[in-house]
Amino acid sequence: MSRGLRITVLGFLVLCPPAVAGAQEMTLSVAISMKEAVETLGRQFMQSRSGVTLRYNFGSSGELQKQIEAGAPVDLFISAAQRQMDELEQKGLITTATRRVFARNVLTVIKAAGSTLDIAKPADLAGAKVQRIVVGNPKTVPVGQYAEESLKSVGLWDPLQPKLVLAENVRQALDYVARGEVEAGFVYTTDVAARSRQVVEAFRPAEDTYRPVTYPAAVVKASKQPALAQAFIDLLVSRDGQAALSRLGFQPPPAGVRR
Amino acid sequence: MSVEALSALGLSIRVAVVATLLDALIGIPLAYLLARRAFRGRALVDLLVTLPLVLPPTVTGYYLIILLGRRGWLGAPVYALSGWSVAFTWYAAVIAATVMALPLLVRTARAAIESVDRELEKAALTLGRSEWRTALEVTLPLARNGIVAGLVLAFARALGEFGATLMLAGNIPGKTTTVPLAIYTAVQTGEMGEAVALVLALTALSCVVLILAGRLGARAA
Repeated sequence: MSRGLRITVLGFLVLCPPAVAGAQEMTLSVAISMKEAVETLGRQFMQSRSGVTLRYNFGSSGELQKQIEAGAPVDLFISAAQRQMDELEQKGLITTATRRVFARNVLTVIKAAGSTLDIAKPADLAGAKVQRIVVGNPKTVPVGQYAEESLKSVGLWDPLQPKLVLAENVRQALDYVARGEVEAGFVYTTDVAARSRQVVEAFRPAEDTYRPVTYPAAVVKASKQPALAQAFIDLLVSRDGQAALSRLGFQPPPAGVRR
Repeated sequence: MSVEALSALGLSIRVAVVATLLDALIGIPLAYLLARRAFRGRALVDLLVTLPLVLPPTVTGYYLIILLGRRGWLGAPVYALSGWSVAFTWYAAVIAATVMALPLLVRTARAAIESVDRELEKAALTLGRSEWRTALEVTLPLARNGIVAGLVLAFARALGEFGATLMLAGNIPGKTTTVPLAIYTAVQTGEMGEAVALVLALTALSCVVLILAGRLGARAA
């Protein structure tokens, strides 16, 4: 092939998206702590529906919320906290009737595997050997909001300020600890599995010191695939979906709580 | 403008000034060597200095983490000896900005030095000046316009650095949040007023730098 021809062919390959007959595409904006769970269920979802392609947009719930407010073409939103979903609902950007809580998580403090630091309770974070602690940026990252609530309730949020490093999402917080850049960090218990060789749980903050970590899902009002998005929510709350979530360490939503 | 925005602006200026000074210290001698000396590994040095210009900043940031992170090639021994790590400090922002801006200075200054008439250098050498004094008294003054232009470009690049800074220095308000990072955070959190203020401030600052540079160039010409 001549060089010119090769460049032309390459140009076409890059510019033309692959055409699939009768293809349906759905975009899911998903709190990044749910990454593996949604990917697992997503494979199952696509297998049972030929021609359906799912696109994932992972990030912090606050970041995803702002994208939806800015008109991002998203069909389904899965948040790691109620606050971001509440704000979207107040602005009329999600279909209220579709909103469902489908899982619950637990906050934990981790340290690097092999760390010799004795971090067994919140007060240990104030010790001199703990130089840096990573928390999600409470403005946009739910795990940071839960960490802030928990640390405030034990009076440590203000004294720990000089040590805090803010992460853009929970997996970045996980990464900082795994890389050994910081001594400790706040993540969810389910995140530890993603880097199980590099991090270990140090202690779990008392569960009455922060609001329950519940995951709501809802169809975005501007969605062009509302039925498909609803079908994914149905999968999340189905027995299959709950079993998959449970295998990854998520808890079922609190009894009687639907949204 | 909020306290955070002002602190981001102050930090950005401080980081860009220090990074530009470091670039001048490293970049001008380097540009001279690349332009005037044939030495072993010249092509490699040229390649390494230029890479940050063509690589995505996040790739450069990743290399910096591998090098300077607490478990990095350089970072680990430093941490073992001193218990201190550069990551997530404002020094990290300076290092990221310095590395990202260096190729702009080196390439511009090198081209200026290469265009200096070698006959003038030879005359200085014939008159008994050492190569060192010839470089300082003949070559570099004649290449001044190009060097100043390179410094201005480096300063502007340092002022706007985002990707490598975010990776090595993080985004810690009051410590490592420079203006580009503060704009990113403000947009993400929906604080549009804050974002606009910072965008205008950075635009104005960049304009001032460019106008000053233009005047300097006009006077030197």
